[in-house]
Amino acid sequence: MDNALGGLKVLDLTHHVAGPYCTRLLALLGAEVTKIERPQSGDPARRAGPFPLDEPDNETSGLFLFLNASKKSVTLNLKSSDGIELFKQLVMEADILMESFSPRVMLDMGLGYESLRALNPGLIMTSISSFGQDGPYRDYKATNMILDALSGGLYLRGQIGRPPVHIGFSIAEYFGGETAFVATMTALYGRDRHGTGQHVDVSILDALVNAQELLLALYSQQGVVPNRNYGNVLGMPFMPCEDGYLHVAARPGQWEDLLPFLEMPELEDPRFATAAGRSKYAGEIEALVRAWARNQKKVDVFESGQGMRLLTSYIATTGDLVENRQNKSRDYFVEIEHPRLGTVTYPGAPFKMSQTPLRVMRAAPLLGEHNEEVFCDRLGLSKEDVVRMRQAGAT
Amino acid sequence: MTLPLEGLRVLDLCQVWAGPLATRQFADMGAEVIRVESCQRVDILRVNTPADNEAGQRPWERGWGMWLSRNKYGITLDLTRPAGVDVFKSMVRVADVVVENFSPRVMENFGLQYPVIRELKPDIIMLSLSAYGQTGPYRDYIGYGATLEPIAGLSELAGYPDGPPSKLQSTISDPSGGFHGAGAVLAALHYRNRTGKGQYIDLAETETAMTHIAGQILDYSMNRRVQSREGNRHSWMAPHGCYGCKGEDEWLAIAVGSEDEWRRLCAAIGNDSLAGDPRFAGMKNRSQNQDELDALIEQWTRLHDHREAMHILQKAGVPAAAVLTVKEVFFDEHLKQRKFFEMVDRLETGRRPMPSVGFRMSETPGSIRKAAPLLGQDNDYFLGNLLGIARDRLRHLSEEGVIGVAPNPVPKLEIVPNSVWQARNAIAGVDEDYLERLHRWFDEA
Repeated sequence: MDNALGGLKVLDLTHHVAGPYCTRLLALLGAEVTKIERPQSGDPARRAGPFPLDEPDNETSGLFLFLNASKKSVTLNLKSSDGIELFKQLVMEADILMESFSPRVMLDMGLGYESLRALNPGLIMTSISSFGQDGPYRDYKATNMILDALSGGLYLRGQIGRPPVHIGFSIAEYFGGETAFVATMTALYGRDRHGTGQHVDVSILDALVNAQELLLALYSQQGVVPNRNYGNVLGMPFMPCEDGYLHVAARPGQWEDLLPFLEMPELEDPRFATAAGRSKYAGEIEALVRAWARNQKKVDVFESGQGMRLLTSYIATTGDLVENRQNKSRDYFVEIEHPRLGTVTYPGAPFKMSQTPLRVMRAAPLLGEHNEEVFCDRLGLSKEDVVRMRQAGAT
Repeated sequence: MTLPLEGLRVLDLCQVWAGPLATRQFADMGAEVIRVESCQRVDILRVNTPADNEAGQRPWERGWGMWLSRNKYGITLDLTRPAGVDVFKSMVRVADVVVENFSPRVMENFGLQYPVIRELKPDIIMLSLSAYGQTGPYRDYIGYGATLEPIAGLSELAGYPDGPPSKLQSTISDPSGGFHGAGAVLAALHYRNRTGKGQYIDLAETETAMTHIAGQILDYSMNRRVQSREGNRHSWMAPHGCYGCKGEDEWLAIAVGSEDEWRRLCAAIGNDSLAGDPRFAGMKNRSQNQDELDALIEQWTRLHDHREAMHILQKAGVPAAAVLTVKEVFFDEHLKQRKFFEMVDRLETGRRPMPSVGFRMSETPGSIRKAAPLLGQDNDYFLGNLLGIARDRLRHLSEEGVIGVAPNPVPKLEIVPNSVWQARNAIAGVDEDYLERLHRWFDEA
């Protein structure tokens, strides 16, 4: 079996989630991804957790392990001139450079695209930042909730009368990473055909706003400004059941199919027979279905409903995901050996390719694990040079 | 300069959101993306959220799907008929990529599954996006973006801690499937550039969705701990929440992640004594006493407009953001200067803004070169010129309904008047003059 990006050299200056998720995909596709981390501390994601038994350790953060599987790690101090020199040597051989510093940081280090292009004309450089490389918010500070707020998404989540509520996971950063993946692969194809590298500017805010299209369109198509109730009144809510929450989403025109499934004579009420009636008496119908749901088991309802071609779903917890029949059948979760933790279960490939299946070759690297391999084997430094560099604080 | 994907030909069978978003990435960067639509079963996004909430002359040309189909071409083929399948097969012979997002049985029913496509063009790259994947016990289950998020574990994490799981709003499984799919095809194209080999890509939206909660999954896998809703709280940031501002239902999000940011917040809201208050010294104390802290912060935010408050805090170095409505996103100064939106003129619906290309490239910026195609708009060009089908044959195919430029049957437009949403308290407002406002905003320098 082959690798889609075999032979490709990626230099990875990114940290946290957005950039590393993109380079995770590149590594799974077979590129050689060399992560450049700050000496001693490394990528802040090493401190994000979760940690086994909640014991913080630079080498056992669950999020770091997932994002950085199959990558190599070297430590370089880009504030030292020796460090910069080593970095430039690495750039000269790289196909792709990814970075996620605040805009201007690379320029201030003398490592802007123009300078690096002079060293390596074919270089593809992808810069990921919260707000892009320019614009009034360029130097603003962001977290996932900050970006959720500016994208229009946060305002629409939760209940009227209460504050809007955060989505609960790092969607902004992941979308930034996914957009960077598309952008970088586009630049790569362009270079394959036309020979030139480019500087790619990915804004995480842009990526997240793009994902709000469905609701943004309400304004530019109709002048409508939805609020937190809008999604809640569309269709049935999630309903508490015996073992969690289930979801029966009746599609328009499916009411007649739903009745035999729910088996509730009360729902055969003539008032509910038309779409207009169901809209008018939505509250009553919901109350009846809620009463039914209380005694049901979520996976049973999901599977038997689907068996009758009904649009059912259920609210899975993380525990449910690993037990899910479909995930097991598709081998979605993978087990990887980690030097400290032993076997750990991770989400695996997000898509399946027939000729070049995505693969996790090894666990995420220890901090600076590949210093010797990269500095000596790749750059030709002697072991004494490496010691000297470390003592001088360059690595 | 030549756009990166110029010369690439993509046959796009996709409908609704995920698939068309994937192929939009190619179209925006210069690929020739040909939508293969059906007159018999028109894409629901051609009628969904119709412009001005009206049917107009051609109800199937008013939906918001025009955002997804810009830069693309459009033909129609009835793939339930052998004549339609034959024409499609001729197109495959001269294509590089085929993308579809039907339920897995559909391509089989058409007789167009990957082995058949590969026979016609051995180096073809084919992407199938589906809800649950092309294999497994759930393969033929029905799923849409909003029903896949709960089963992918995402909804459990959203909502107030004292409430049920929340709908995510603006479903994320579709855009996530679209981005991953586009990147996957491009990686496959790079491989083909090197080796000449094509391949098949099977993408399940539930699988791309689950990657977004890898950290939470790892907590289960390492500690057997099932994470749930934290509302606006955060495991290592405090204060972290939404604070009421001067206007009605107007909010400011604040996320303090360090002692430095904490001190800056205290100074910016003019409450230096807070910085020395032992109740809030250190992240742990602030977390524990966050309800009290929130009340104190809200005393300040209530005096300000949400955007004004954001600028004050950001200039002081504190992560803060106005919680914007969709309208406010259109009129945001940063997005305007970044040229995030582009005005696109189209028959039937006129000039309206839509998101521009999703990322910036230094040598080949990309832009919106053409509006979304009308139904069957490019039939003559692709079927006549490219495939060389004779005029007589084209006329015959049209009479038989295999190709066409109008839907049959005409889709029923479900106009839901705004009063219905207003009655259910689901709308913050309506601007009757929204188009004038948007034109004024985007036309001025």
